[in-house]
Amino acid sequence: MKILLRHAFPFLVAALYLVLSLSGCAATRTSALLPEEPARHTVAEFTDDERVADIADPWEGFNRSMYNFNYRLDKYVFLPVVKGYEFIVPTLAQKGITNFFGNIGELRTLYNSAFQLKGKKFLITFGRFLANSTIGIGGLLDPATQMGLKKQHGDFGQTLGRWNVGAGPYLVLPVLGPNTMRSAGGFAVDAGIRYAAIHTIDPLGNVNHGDVILAGVSTVEAIDMRHRVRFGYYDSGYPFEYDFLRFLYCKWDEMLITK
Amino acid sequence: MKRLIALVILWLLLLPAAVPAADEYGYPIPGAYEATILGTPGPLKAPRPERMSVRQLFLDISPALRKPDVFFYDEGLRCTLAYQDKKAPLVFLIAGTGADDQSQKALAMMAALYGAGYHVITLPSPTHPNFIINASRSHVPGDLTEDAEDLHRAMELAWDRVKADVEVSEFHLCGYSLGGTHAAFVARLDEERKVFNFRKVLLVNPAVNLFNSVNRIEGLLERIPGGPRKIGAYFNRMLAKVTEFYRRGDYVDIDDNLLYAVYKAHLFSHDESGGLIGLSFRISLAGLIFSSDVMTNSGYVVPKNRVLGATDPLGDYFRVAVHLSFLNYFDEYVYPYFRKKRPGLDRSAYIASLGLRSIEGYLKASPKFGAMTNEDDFILVKEEVDYLRGLFGERARIYPRGGHMGNLEYRDNMADFIGFFKQE
Repeated sequence: MKILLRHAFPFLVAALYLVLSLSGCAATRTSALLPEEPARHTVAEFTDDERVADIADPWEGFNRSMYNFNYRLDKYVFLPVVKGYEFIVPTLAQKGITNFFGNIGELRTLYNSAFQLKGKKFLITFGRFLANSTIGIGGLLDPATQMGLKKQHGDFGQTLGRWNVGAGPYLVLPVLGPNTMRSAGGFAVDAGIRYAAIHTIDPLGNVNHGDVILAGVSTVEAIDMRHRVRFGYYDSGYPFEYDFLRFLYCKWDEMLITK
Repeated sequence: MKRLIALVILWLLLLPAAVPAADEYGYPIPGAYEATILGTPGPLKAPRPERMSVRQLFLDISPALRKPDVFFYDEGLRCTLAYQDKKAPLVFLIAGTGADDQSQKALAMMAALYGAGYHVITLPSPTHPNFIINASRSHVPGDLTEDAEDLHRAMELAWDRVKADVEVSEFHLCGYSLGGTHAAFVARLDEERKVFNFRKVLLVNPAVNLFNSVNRIEGLLERIPGGPRKIGAYFNRMLAKVTEFYRRGDYVDIDDNLLYAVYKAHLFSHDESGGLIGLSFRISLAGLIFSSDVMTNSGYVVPKNRVLGATDPLGDYFRVAVHLSFLNYFDEYVYPYFRKKRPGLDRSAYIASLGLRSIEGYLKASPKFGAMTNEDDFILVKEEVDYLRGLFGERARIYPRGGHMGNLEYRDNMADFIGFFKQE
């Protein structure tokens, strides 16, 4: 349950947002006809113990709405698309696509390792990128992992954490899902760096309709991202799934910045 | 390299096992709690089929049911079908306490059965919220007779949904943990209803008595500092240990390798491992209590007549429910509910009805049953393991270790598991 769809591009987000907001996603609430009676057991009984899996969530109302919105977005847009992708594209090609985008993603880890002054992580990632781009046929294969170079993690949210920026409140973003203020800010910076890099290098500058091709590549990337995340909103059927995911995400985020 | 690491891990695991394991059985983890948590190390697992044809079924069991908004995401009882493209026997599989049709254990069994040429339909446990909401007529789980009726009805509906697409030669039934106990009751009910006429019924690590087994799991929390009332503090302390271990070590991913490393480093004492099992049970139980309470409007943890919406915070209900024991749930909720329904119901007689002994005449007489469990399964006491031996004779396989379900995926166990259904 890693971060959901980190690389989905803004235009895609906007388009999907529009589609989904038309379908309407706010749950209506019927009012009770009978007066409430207090429950047999209440929190007052258990104040002598610490809370389990509890994370401060000042924006819980917004976050829960967004969580439910993402559930519908997944159900009506992303999952059908991913299902089609998995049906049409051969498994081996899916693996290649995952490796390819993973390899490009190493660049993000690379500059963030530098920002974090993490030498070992930088070298491992550099080695991975080098090996996978060459003998890994442009990143389609992942021989680096077989050579013992484990994939590292690095993003700007982690960099902020490394330099003691606090996590801030929990925040569920549309499409991207669970975040903290810090990881959301980090995501925006990474996306900005990426945008600037693509437009500076301009890899498709001499090709007609380069921007259309780029958009196509980004779409495949977003599909691959969703294809890799083995999590479905409300799949667990557990009534406290939102609370547990919030907890796991924040713990994971907290553990990552120690790396 | 990855294989090498796996082998090294395996070797390290086998080292401590070498002392107590003076028998032929090759499952390596000696501690019952540790085995339960860790399961079977990757290299010792039975292989899985490369491809499975799988479909999810969402069954609308009670069309008249109005689901509360807080369960807006619920689409009906979810079952999973794995189907062969030829005529084959079909196995219904009932999940254990708090588990659904997609639980790891259910999927492992499904894969093994599918690889051996069976169709499989997995069902959530009657204790899982999805079942409580959709398939339980009372929405109060825990009564084995009523649970069995609900399960049987769900199976009929599932079969109705798929029978046009899959060709079935005969039916089998299987359940694990509490699902094993459920399977015995479902099989007996089916003898009356004659719908499936199960040829073989296998109980994997079943509870002999639901009430006793669950209280033994609860008992694991008695041995943590401060006892069950301090599970919040306990949880946070265990978590801090793992976080610190991760920070100090050379780990990147939070995965099985980290889990094995935690085990190898003896990060948790035996009692602490047991406490984690008790805690994970409580987390399931909290989901059960909340779902049942909302569906019945009993005012147990949610104020009576409160209407919860899709975005309402639920954290406080979790906090209350996770602190309630099974004994609370039983004495304050289940037993009063069924006493109201069956006036004069005696508590100890009711507890006795929640187990295999209450239908032992049938179980003993029928040659279709078999059981698999472990000497060190802590949901049973020795006397109950012997009882299973007496009940099923040669059709009871008792392994020397594996805890509760820990050795399920070990290749010898999986071979025995499949072998049972293959028997004439």
